[in-house]
Amino acid sequence: MASVPAPTDHMLEDYVVRTRGLTKIYKMGDEELHALDNVALDVKRGEYISIMGPSGSGKSTLFNMVGGLDKPSAGTVYINETDMAQLDAAELAWIRCRTVGYIFQTFNLIPVMTALENVTLPMVFAGKTPDEQLQRGRELLELVGLGERLHHRPSELSGGQQQRVAIARAFANDPSIILADEPTANLDLRTGKEIIELLRQLNKERGVTVISATHDLHMIDISDRVVWVRDGKIDKIEERSHVDIKVGHVDWEDQYAPPAEPIE
Amino acid sequence: MSEKNAARFEVGRVELPWSAAFAISRKNIQVRLGRALITASGILLGIAFLMSVLTSKAVLLGSGQALEPEQATRQTWLIIMSLLVCGVGITNSMFMSVTERFREIGTMKCLGAVDGFVVRLFLIESGLLGFFGSLAGVLLGFLVVCIAHLFKRDLAAIGGMDWGYFGACVVGSLLIGAVLSILATIAPAVRAARLPPAAALRTDV
Repeated sequence: MASVPAPTDHMLEDYVVRTRGLTKIYKMGDEELHALDNVALDVKRGEYISIMGPSGSGKSTLFNMVGGLDKPSAGTVYINETDMAQLDAAELAWIRCRTVGYIFQTFNLIPVMTALENVTLPMVFAGKTPDEQLQRGRELLELVGLGERLHHRPSELSGGQQQRVAIARAFANDPSIILADEPTANLDLRTGKEIIELLRQLNKERGVTVISATHDLHMIDISDRVVWVRDGKIDKIEERSHVDIKVGHVDWEDQYAPPAEPIE
Repeated sequence: MSEKNAARFEVGRVELPWSAAFAISRKNIQVRLGRALITASGILLGIAFLMSVLTSKAVLLGSGQALEPEQATRQTWLIIMSLLVCGVGITNSMFMSVTERFREIGTMKCLGAVDGFVVRLFLIESGLLGFFGSLAGVLLGFLVVCIAHLFKRDLAAIGGMDWGYFGACVVGSLLIGAVLSILATIAPAVRAARLPPAAALRTDV
């Protein structure tokens, strides 16, 4: 199990998310399910981090905690050095509105709203004026390549396009963190790759921290660090350079290279 | 603690202006028109019944007559029952609407909506449906009485009805319809408001 040193004064690292002793217990009748067991995780600002793990490993629970979507049974989550447990409902809503941007596997666009309206919805909650909303909404949709589809509804957009709108929406209020839950799971390989490239580009250009829960190896490929979760604990945290990714690879040259010795 | 760590992250307040809430509710109705019409027709029918009874009463008053007390009581009882049935129908329809939209509501919470916003959106939607359903119901109720008098070849009686009383009934019916619709939606709206943000991640249903 990886041991993560607690940040001290002389550490200059800026941690956008920190968890200490994070525990989540679900009660199912008489039984208790320990989804998360005393997890400590530090995410640096501007990092691109992937959380990996099999179903039931606690990956999704950790993800929910880190994104302020759920409260832990024990332990603390700090987002921007703010203890999430100290916040009331309205303050939590503010954090979700301004500090964290969410991207979902199922895109989760509001079906009755156009692309532009979807992107500007978080801005409505943040109190921006309609003019600001319009201008920024347009900019963001152009940034993700959908400048021509401002007034299309989700039903008129492909999966990849919907996810792009979702990404634009996630950036609506200039968040510190982007939380992506299996963003490419409902997309074909090529579209998924485009989405990943877009996320990585935005991560680099804007210094926004990206935390993703994923099975997609392409996402892991461009991560800075990979967090492996198993049985409610962090198995290990690896720098990308140390992660060995092999996907069913056939080396054609090996297959068809001429024999080393002539065959008699 | 270092200076940077000591500074608490500044937290503000999320808001949902009424104009924005109305716009969202209007879109919800426009795009889900079929479902909206079914919900509104509940109010329409109830108010149509109410209005038909009241119009007949206005006609009676206009000709200087009045209903016997026993009949009047029974009529009042019928009206109350029919409105209750409509209310229950609206509650049922709204509960279904919440179930259909749980992922949407969860997503809105992820975008920064507080419980109050969700309640506001549902009540506005319901109020709009109630008002326009009542409007149609008032027209229908009046028309039914007119047609009944047409068959009795007594259309002139309509002209001689107590228009002051009729006008008051129209306004009253519109109010009753809208209020009934809103009251019937409180329970579903509260349920919707209690959905957690994590509802956005559920992939069942």
